[in-house]
Amino acid sequence: MTLFFHIGRYFMLLFRVFSKPEKFSVYWRQIVYEINSLGIGSLSIVCIISIFMGGVITIQAAFGFSSPWIPLYAVGYTTRESMLLEFCPTIVSLILAGKIGSNIASEVGAMRITEQIDALEIMGVNSASYLILPKILASIIINPFLIAISMFLGLLGGYLMGISSGACTSYEYIFGIQAMFEPWKLYYSFTKVIVFAFIITSVASYFGYYTTGGALEVGKSSTRAVVIASVLILIFNLILTQLFLAR
Amino acid sequence: MIEIKNISKSFGDRKIIDDVSFNFYPGKTNLMIGESGCGKTTILKLMVGLHALDEGHILYSGADFPILAPKAKQEVRKKIGMLFQAGALFDSQTLEENVGFPLDMFTHLTKAEKLDRVNFCLSRVKLEGKNKLYPSELSGGMKKRASLARAIANNPRYLFCDEPNSGLDPKTSIVIDELIQDITKEYNITTVVITHDMNSVLQIGENIMFIYEGKNWWTGTKDEILKTDNKELYNFVFASEFMQHVFKAAKS
Repeated sequence: MTLFFHIGRYFMLLFRVFSKPEKFSVYWRQIVYEINSLGIGSLSIVCIISIFMGGVITIQAAFGFSSPWIPLYAVGYTTRESMLLEFCPTIVSLILAGKIGSNIASEVGAMRITEQIDALEIMGVNSASYLILPKILASIIINPFLIAISMFLGLLGGYLMGISSGACTSYEYIFGIQAMFEPWKLYYSFTKVIVFAFIITSVASYFGYYTTGGALEVGKSSTRAVVIASVLILIFNLILTQLFLAR
Repeated sequence: MIEIKNISKSFGDRKIIDDVSFNFYPGKTNLMIGESGCGKTTILKLMVGLHALDEGHILYSGADFPILAPKAKQEVRKKIGMLFQAGALFDSQTLEENVGFPLDMFTHLTKAEKLDRVNFCLSRVKLEGKNKLYPSELSGGMKKRASLARAIANNPRYLFCDEPNSGLDPKTSIVIDELIQDITKEYNITTVVITHDMNSVLQIGENIMFIYEGKNWWTGTKDEILKTDNKELYNFVFASEFMQHVFKAAKS
C-alpha cells in the first residue's frame, strides 16, 4: 500500500511541477542557476571517474584478450563499446544520483522544514513548479553534455593507459575505437542519460519536498532519494536496453 | 477584513480546533494568544491554506477562501504577507533578492523600480544597506525584520505574524511590535499576530482572541485583559509574579 501511496503522490507532484509557470523569466534564471549548480558543479567528479574508468576497462580488455587470435584493436573497440553503451550513461548517472540526488533532496528537505516552501505557497507561488521544474530541466539539458565529456575522457583515459602499459599501440587503439561504429548507439546512450536525469532530479525532489520533521529526517530523505533513484536507474536501464538492443 | 466562522480541525482522533469564530479587522493588530499547543498556529495555517479545514468558513473580504478555485485562491494569496517564526528567508538568496522575490514573481516593475521598493522596505524595518547579506549572516532579530520586509514588499492586504517576538530580547521585541503596528495603521492592513509575549499583548493588542483547548475562550482588548475575571485567561496572562503586580496595579 505504501508503494502505491508514494507512486500516486509522486505523479500528483509531477502534475503540479509541470503546470504553467508564474513567470518565465524567473524560471529561466533558476534553470541557469541549476545548470551551474548541478551540472558544472559535477564536472570534476565526472572527469576523474571517466578517465580512471576508461583506463581500467582498457587494462581489463587487454588482460582478457591475451590470445594471439584476437587482434589488439579489440582493446580499443571494447573500451569504446563499454564506455559508450554502459559505463558513461549508466555508471556515471548512478554516481550523479549520489551527488545530485542527495544535494537536491537535502536542499528541498531543508527548505521544507524551515518553512521556506510554506513561504512560497503563502505568497501564491507554485512551490513544486518553482523549486523542481528548473532542476529537472537543468539536469536534462546539462547531463548529456556531462556524459559526452565523460565518453571523451573515458576513451582518452583508455588510450593513455593502453599506450603507457603497452597493452596496444596508439594506432591499434585509435583504429579500435573507430571500428564498426554504429552512430545509432549514441541515441540509445543519450536517451538513457535523459531518462536517468529525469529520474534523479524528480525522485530526489519528491523525497525532499515531502520531508517532515527535522535535520534527522532531511538526512533520511536524502539517503532514501539516492537509493530509490539508483534502483530506478537500474530498472530503466534494463527496460531501455531491452527496447533498443533486443533482436 | 478576515472572518473565521465555526472552523474545526482534527488530526486523526484529536480535535485541535473546535468551532472557532472570530473577526480580524483592518487597521488593527489582531492578536491570537494562548498556551503552547492550544491551536494558534493551526488556526493560522488553516487561514492561509496550509492545512485543509474540516468544517467552517474563512472569509477574506467576503470570499470563502478554502472553497475558492485554485486561480482565485492564488489571487488572494498574492495579497498575503507572512512573517514566519524563524524568518523562512530563502538561504540561497541575498536580503535584496529575498525582499524582491514577490516583486520579481508578481509584478512587472523595472529593475530600478524593484530596487527602490526593496530599499524602501529594508529601510522600513531598519535594515538599510544590508542588501547583499545572506540570511546566514543575519542575527535572529534581523531575520525577523527581513522577513517582515519581504512580507510587506508587495503591498499586502493581509499580514500574518507567527510569534514575531519569540527568541528576541525585550528591546528588539518592542522594535518588531512597533513596526507591525505602524505598518498595520499606515497601510490599513488586516494584521493577525500570534504571540506568547505579554508585553506585546499589552502594547499592541487591539483585538484579542484567547484560545484555550482549541476553542475561542475569550475575546477583548488589551485594556479588558487587565480587568479580566476569566480564570483560564488570568492564569495564562498573569502566570508570572511581575504580571500579577501589573494586574493588581491596574485593578487599583
